Amino acid sequence: MRIQINPEGVPIYQQIADQVRYRIVSKQLIVGDELPSIRCLAQTIRVNPNTVAKAYRELENEGFLEKRRTKGTFVAQQMTELTLQQRTSLITPQIDAIIAYGSRLGLSPPQLVDLIQSRERAMQDKASTKREEI
Amino acid sequence: MLDDHQKQMAVDVRDLKRCFRGKTALNEINLQIPRGTIQGLVGLNGAGKTTLIRHLIGSLKAESGQVRVLGQNPVADPEQALKQIGYMTEEDSLPKWMRVRELIDFCRAIYPTWDDHYASKLSEMFSLSPNIKLSTLSKGQRARAGLLAAIAHRPLLLILDEPSSGLDPIARSDILEAVIRTISEDGRTVLFSSHLLDEVDRVCDHITLLHHGKIIDTLRPEDRGGRFQELTVRGGESWSPPASDHRCFGWRKSGEEWSVIYSVQAEQSPPDFENAMVIERSSVSLQRWFEGRVSHEDSASSDETLNLGEPS
Repeated sequence: MRIQINPEGVPIYQQIADQVRYRIVSKQLIVGDELPSIRCLAQTIRVNPNTVAKAYRELENEGFLEKRRTKGTFVAQQMTELTLQQRTSLITPQIDAIIAYGSRLGLSPPQLVDLIQSRERAMQDKASTKREEI
Repeated sequence: MLDDHQKQMAVDVRDLKRCFRGKTALNEINLQIPRGTIQGLVGLNGAGKTTLIRHLIGSLKAESGQVRVLGQNPVADPEQALKQIGYMTEEDSLPKWMRVRELIDFCRAIYPTWDDHYASKLSEMFSLSPNIKLSTLSKGQRARAGLLAAIAHRPLLLILDEPSSGLDPIARSDILEAVIRTISEDGRTVLFSSHLLDEVDRVCDHITLLHHGKIIDTLRPEDRGGRFQELTVRGGESWSPPASDHRCFGWRKSGEEWSVIYSVQAEQSPPDFENAMVIERSSVSLQRWFEGRVSHEDSASSDETLNLGEPS
């Protein structure tokens, strides 16, 4: 598995957890897929095995991964359907960042909501023109 | 008799002090490295890293204090101690007139635990052909030969003293992989001294910062985010930051903005600065922590000297 580590501040276990989580959420990894062993991933991306273990543990606690005794670590069953609450909590940091950035630019939350809707319309228009072109 | 605590510690240094010609090189060094962990050692040139390591391999005797490596005093029986240690330094200290095969034969004779199978696997992996002379190898290849000599007897403790300095990225990556491999094998311990902070951040369980012969802080990379934040502060043109203290240190100016490292305290609210506003919080890189910690230490010690001068 390709994991990118950058030295710009975010703790490494978190970078690993974020990237694995993203792969699961975006369905690049699906239920039952096996993850590389801690030792193996640690050696390929050259990080401390305890760091990889900590990332896996965090994802296990969140319900993304499950450890099967002696067999390895797998994408967990229960994550096929994320509950609304789980999905909400995944996007909360990005929303917080948008609110903070917006307020610095003098944009209120209702204005941001309008903006999101108009962006969504623009994206849909673009997609439909593309379809027509094909 | 060894107590349980000492048995669990691969390295146990207590109150170590060392002077060279009256100048303090190491002072009040206390360092415990639990077995099975990777310990990072960072600090500026001349901070005392190599001096500390030389105490661990038995080539310097503790002036005062106590040094135990794998439960033994390394100076009492250095030969015995070195058999269980793998050691690699930045200096090109291998006998250059030897061929790779001779180096391997030599090491096999010294180390009772030498693993021939592992040694040949490593030479293959590093493309070291047995007949080539060490003097004709590139610097990177010679470092790989040094690494082979340091790990093929599967030491209980691997000590790497700036192993990666001046090496190409692929040689550095080979060294890191060897470090990880060594630790993955049950209970082996690594001491990794390096200036390459992103490497230290990647592989270490604990990072110890040595400055002017003293340990000024120890950090677990995974706690970095919880213990520290970097704040960006904006004041007016003439604004100048308060003096560094243990809570906010390492002020750095960039245009009209300042950045500072804030040590997060559980029960306290984040700091306010007079006539200035915190405009951003972000995570602290190991590099930023290192610079901030060292500059704070330097400013604190120069304040002390000043205070001595004026009776209060």
